[in-house]
Amino acid sequence: MELTGLFFYLVSVLIAGGIYAVLCLALNVQWGMGGLFNAGIAGFFAVGAYTSAIVTTAVSTKHLGGFELPIPFGLVAAMIVAGVTGWVVAKICVRLKSDYLAMASVGIAEILRLVIVNESWLTNGSLGIAGVPRPFGDLVQGREADLLYLAMVWLCVLAVYILCQRLYVSPWGRTLRAIRDNEDSARAAGKDVDWFRLQTFVIGCAIMGLAGALSAHYFKFLSPSATEPLLVTFLVWVMLMAGGSGNNKGAIVGALAIWFIWSATEIITSRLPPEWITRSSYIRMLLVGLLLQFVLQKFRSGLIPEKSPKIRSD
Amino acid sequence: MSALLSVAGLTAGYGGVPIIEGVNLDVAEHEISVIIGPNGAGKSTLLKTIFALTARSEGEISFAGKEITGLRTAQLVPLGISMVPQSRNVFPTLTVDENLDVGTYAAPPKDKEKVRENVLSLFPDLRGKLDQAAGELSGGQRQMVAMGRALMSEPKLLLLDEPTAGLSPAYLEIIFDLLLDIRKRGVTILMVEQNAKQALRIADNGHVLVSGKNFVSGTGEALLNDDAVRRSFLGGAAA
Amino acid sequence: MIDFINLYLVPGLTIGSVYALGAVGISMIFGILRFAHFAHGDLMTIGGYGVLTAVWFIPLHPLLLLPVGMALAIGAALAVDEFFYKPLRKLPTIYTVIASFGVALIFRSLAQLFWSSGNQVFVSGVRPPMVFFDTFRISELHLQVIILTLIIAVALHFFLTRSKLGRAMRAVSDEPELAAVAGLDTERVVRWTWVIGAALAATAGVFAGMDTSMHPNLGWNLLLAMFAAAVLGGIGKPMGAIAGGLIIGIAEETATFTWLSDEPLISPSYKSAVAFFIMVALLLFRPQGLFKGRLL
Repeated sequence: MELTGLFFYLVSVLIAGGIYAVLCLALNVQWGMGGLFNAGIAGFFAVGAYTSAIVTTAVSTKHLGGFELPIPFGLVAAMIVAGVTGWVVAKICVRLKSDYLAMASVGIAEILRLVIVNESWLTNGSLGIAGVPRPFGDLVQGREADLLYLAMVWLCVLAVYILCQRLYVSPWGRTLRAIRDNEDSARAAGKDVDWFRLQTFVIGCAIMGLAGALSAHYFKFLSPSATEPLLVTFLVWVMLMAGGSGNNKGAIVGALAIWFIWSATEIITSRLPPEWITRSSYIRMLLVGLLLQFVLQKFRSGLIPEKSPKIRSD
Repeated sequence: MSALLSVAGLTAGYGGVPIIEGVNLDVAEHEISVIIGPNGAGKSTLLKTIFALTARSEGEISFAGKEITGLRTAQLVPLGISMVPQSRNVFPTLTVDENLDVGTYAAPPKDKEKVRENVLSLFPDLRGKLDQAAGELSGGQRQMVAMGRALMSEPKLLLLDEPTAGLSPAYLEIIFDLLLDIRKRGVTILMVEQNAKQALRIADNGHVLVSGKNFVSGTGEALLNDDAVRRSFLGGAAA
Repeated sequence: MIDFINLYLVPGLTIGSVYALGAVGISMIFGILRFAHFAHGDLMTIGGYGVLTAVWFIPLHPLLLLPVGMALAIGAALAVDEFFYKPLRKLPTIYTVIASFGVALIFRSLAQLFWSSGNQVFVSGVRPPMVFFDTFRISELHLQVIILTLIIAVALHFFLTRSKLGRAMRAVSDEPELAAVAGLDTERVVRWTWVIGAALAATAGVFAGMDTSMHPNLGWNLLLAMFAAAVLGGIGKPMGAIAGGLIIGIAEETATFTWLSDEPLISPSYKSAVAFFIMVALLLFRPQGLFKGRLL
């Protein structure tokens, strides 16, 4: 029994790891390829989660809903709404230079959070949305359902990976990297830098929305306080830096590696004396914060570095 | 008489690619020395390497009989060297007075007021603009603020990187006259100059740098009359 | 009208003072080290908790124990600069931004670890506000905050324009390469930038914590408004940041006033979006800020 328990624990780690891999691939499009700093990952993730939840749940008096659409529609809707949100944001902010964009993205995350908390008619405010369906929820339940969901999540990871890989090697991706490494010369070569950036930002946000939807259908419930937005955003950044920004494989490997470390520390800290248990999550956060500093200083190209030589001065 | 500044076999560049190679240069006390040469010859790099702003890979530099190779810029200023870069050479949001004041920080003079009076007597135009932000001044006035700032540390040697770049011909005359005034006060000048002909006329000595190497050195007059120099670097016309 | 002053303008000035003191550091760090310091809000938190702890041991008014919080914040700032920011100085500054994002989390988890994640108050109990001319009401704390901020602003102005160190800081902010040519000790200027920025951040943190309560998210929640204040005042212009902070604070509070109808112009729950829109509008249309700051 111990062994099956461990197996299904591993399944749950891999599901969450897969969702983080999707987020990490999305950030790799924005930062790794496009050089766009985004500190608002959790915001677009939440937009996706709420969108998919709203279009797939049964009628409720507490929030907008009752569309009861099949889950694939939910995923697509999540990508569209998160992408459109990203487009609105990008339309305003994409011209901002690196540090300014970083500051603006903090504000974007904050505004998205405010909307979710305050617009109860849409999201049921801080009480959240319950009864988000799982795929084939009528057919399989319990642990088998987790296995099925694991397959679905990693199918999504694969699809997003193939998409990102195609983007990376396409002429579009090459132009993007040229802009990232030397904006001025790309501009001089007649590239519409702002247009490329806008597309990059929107694609990244749409993928973040997909990750949000995947998480909503996994947990079947979502509320503004279920996840800590800053921690999600931060973990994704650490994952990408550790995995190797600019490399899609690196993004997936980094997501898994950091998520395994994060989950393993949970096991370790759960054995601490009770008075320390409540504080254990802070110790873990502290360690991840320190890990990022280590990666930034000593391990900047990551586990799987980007292949083409970077022009960025490293 | 021994040289105030002596550079021997100096090699330097960026990222392992040498821009100047084995350059030798002597500057005697109280002279105006000018470095001329085509674009990209490494004239500015030579000046920056002497002032420890560019990494030196080989060679030695001595100043006033002391070895200064390897010293940092902040250590050179108190020894009596200052420099005026070619561009962005004033602090634009600081007032003229504050710009001058900053010039004293690395090597505080004994009597700051006296030094300030001395500097202002060289640039009387600045007196009326002491409380104005340096960024609001004309190009020529900014050059004066920049030179004034460099003189506030009472240097023995003043390094100037193209002091007339971008200035109108009228200002060019004024700046060159000022350089003669500055020398009269006992300051030795080593400068890089694009307006080679005019510069050589006021210079005691000139050094022609080509592709990062010494090409020829001599008195200003000798270089002005040197056929090869005239043909290649002075536009061919007679001096 | 009286309500407008008592309930909107004075609270706006108070929170604006907090933003102002925090934004000074952000603006100076941006000017001298050239990066947006994401951990500045959490530096405020650290300073606030420093004073909170001191109050437990020494029964004095929290404002008298400010130096304890300042010392803690200064120590924290110098340490993270030395170990986390300095090694990245030769890289594009966005790497330092990412590092400071991590430092923000480190500070926050340390605060949660040592001081728990709940709300803690400096002084319990409610004090009646002071009343002037029978109409103007202001709490003692708000008056202290506003007056202290004004004193700090004046002191900062004289420091920056009259003292050698202040002028050197402005010089490095203006033209770092020329400052090096002039032989200024840039690292010393950087150290003092952290000292002043952290000391003011601690002050702001204590003000904010006394106005409401101390909690680990206190500083991070103020970061956006402080960025907006720094941008509004012009990057690298500490005095501009003070003005920017006060303007953002007043704008946030008065945006919820019943200007056009009986309804608030902007729902109070969306107050913090005001800073964002001011910042973005400014970055797009007047990136140098109101007071001609530097551009990236």
